[in-house]
Amino acid sequence: MWRDDLRGILYIALKDMRAYYLKPPNISWGMLFPAALILTFAIRTPGDLRSLAPGLVAMTALFSATSMEAIVITFERRIGALERLLLAPLTLPAVLAGKVIGGVLFGLLISAVVLVGVTVGLGLAMWRLVAALLALLLSTAAFSTLGALVSVAVQEVFEAQTLANFFRFPMIFLGGVFVPLADLPPALQVLARALPLTYSVEALRATLLSTVSGQTVLDLGALAGFTMLFFILATCILQRRLD
Amino acid sequence: MNIAIETEDLTKTYGPLTAVDHISFEVQEGEVFAFLGPNGAGKTTTLRLLTGLARPTAGNARVLGLDLRRELPRIKKQVGVVPERSNLYDELSARDNLIFMGQLYGVPRAERARRADELLHRFRLEEKKDVPFAHLSRGMKRALTIAAALIHRPRLLFLDEPTVGLDVVSARGLRALIEQLREAGVTIFLTTHYLEEAERLADRVALIVGGRIVALDTVDGLKSRVSGEATVEARLASPFGEERLRFRGEDVASAVRVALDHAAAEGKRVIAVNTIQPTLEEAFIKLTGLSVEVMLAERGNR
Repeated sequence: MWRDDLRGILYIALKDMRAYYLKPPNISWGMLFPAALILTFAIRTPGDLRSLAPGLVAMTALFSATSMEAIVITFERRIGALERLLLAPLTLPAVLAGKVIGGVLFGLLISAVVLVGVTVGLGLAMWRLVAALLALLLSTAAFSTLGALVSVAVQEVFEAQTLANFFRFPMIFLGGVFVPLADLPPALQVLARALPLTYSVEALRATLLSTVSGQTVLDLGALAGFTMLFFILATCILQRRLD
Repeated sequence: MNIAIETEDLTKTYGPLTAVDHISFEVQEGEVFAFLGPNGAGKTTTLRLLTGLARPTAGNARVLGLDLRRELPRIKKQVGVVPERSNLYDELSARDNLIFMGQLYGVPRAERARRADELLHRFRLEEKKDVPFAHLSRGMKRALTIAAALIHRPRLLFLDEPTVGLDVVSARGLRALIEQLREAGVTIFLTTHYLEEAERLADRVALIVGGRIVALDTVDGLKSRVSGEATVEARLASPFGEERLRFRGEDVASAVRVALDHAAAEGKRVIAVNTIQPTLEEAFIKLTGLSVEVMLAERGNR
C-alpha cells in the first residue's frame, strides 16, 4: 500500500506543478512580489537590506507556498477533482501529501531564486546556501501545510485567500520580518512563538548572517513540528468534510 | 456466480438525517444493477459509501470479496467510478488525463500509453486527444470521464447518474457501451432516476426511497408485483371516429368487462381489445407510493 501511496504522491505533485504552478503568470507573479519588496527597501533604506534579507526570503516562501496551495485544493474540491483523486487506490494522507508537495516545490522554487539573489547581491558566502536551503525547505513545508489546512477549512476559493491572509499578515508583523522579536512587548513575543514564520526568519537569519547554533536546530524542529501539526489537522478536517 | 457487492445494514447518518437506512443487498458478479430513486433517496450516498468516499455510520459491506472498512485500497484498485460530475482536469489534455489516471492506478508505463490510445479510439476521441478537457463538449467530457474510469480495467464499475445532461445520441452511445461492458463480464452498479434507463439496462433494480430499499427484483419481477391490477386498451368506434381508451380491472377479464360496459354505455362499437403489460413506471408508483412527477421534477433540478 505504501508503494501505491508514494507513487500517487509523486504523480499528484507533478500533475499540480504542470496544471497549476508552472503557468507563466504564477511564476512571474511569484518573482515580481519579492523583487518589488526588495527594490523598495533597497531604495528607501539600503543599509537595512542586509538585516531585512532573511525576513524577505521567509516572507516570499510564506506567500508562494500558501497562495497557490490554498487555491488549488479549494478549487479542486469545488469541481470535484479532489474526489477523483480520493477514488484512486491512495490513502487520504497520501492525496493531501501530493498536494502539499506541489506547494512546497513551488514555494521552494520561487524563494530559492530570491535566496540566491540575496546571497549574491549581499556578497554572502555561497556555502551558507546549503543550510539556508534546508531552512527554506522546512519553511515551505510548514507554509504549504498551512495553506492545505486553510483550504480544507473553507468552501470557496475567495474564502481561502481571506482566511490565509488572516494568518499571513499578523505573521509578517509579529514574525520578526521587519521588527526584531526582542523589540516586541513580552505578550506579543509569546504570540510570535506560536507562529511558524518566526522560526523561519530566525533559521534563515542564522544560516545567512550569523552562525548555526542549538537555537537554529530548535527553529528547524519547530518548523517540522508545525508541518506535522498542520498536516494532521488538515487530514482530519478533510476526512470529516468527506464523511 | 460470485457476489460482487454485499451490504449488511449499511447506514449513513448526517446529524439527525438518515441518508442510508440499514440497507442490505447483494449484486452478482457480471450483472447490471440499478439503484432507482428520486433526488435525496440515498443513491449517491450509497455509492459514496461503497467507493470509500464516505465512511458508514453503521453496518458494513464486502466489495469483490473484500471488507470495505479494512481493505479499501485493495477494493479501489479493482473498481472504476464515474461520478455524476465529469470531474477530470481542465488544464490537461484528453490523453494526459487518461495517462494521469493510469499513473494513479499503477498501470505500467507502456501499458497505460497503449490503454489511453485504445480508450480514445473506443470513445471516438482520437482527434481530441491533445485538446484540454475544459474545451471538450459536455458529451465528450462525459465519455472521457468514463474512459478514465476504465483505464485500469476494473472488474466493477460504479456509474452515478451516467446519462444526466447528455444529448440523445451521447446517451444512446453510453447505453451501448454499458451493454458492451456487461458482455465483457464487468459488473455494473448504476444509480439513476430515469425509469427507462433502469428498465433498458438493468438485470435487477433496487427501488430506494428515503434511504431504504422498498423493492429489489428483476424488471419483470417488479412489474409482476403490479398484479392484481390488469390494464387493457380498447379501440372504440363512434360516429365521430376511432378512439383508444385504457381500462383497469382486478384481472384481465374484469378489465375487458369494464371496457365492454363502457362501450355499451357510450353506444360505441368495440374494434379490438389488447392487454397492456404493466410498465416499470406503474410498478414504481405502486411500490414506492411516489408519483413519476417526483422523478421528473428531479430532472428539472439538474
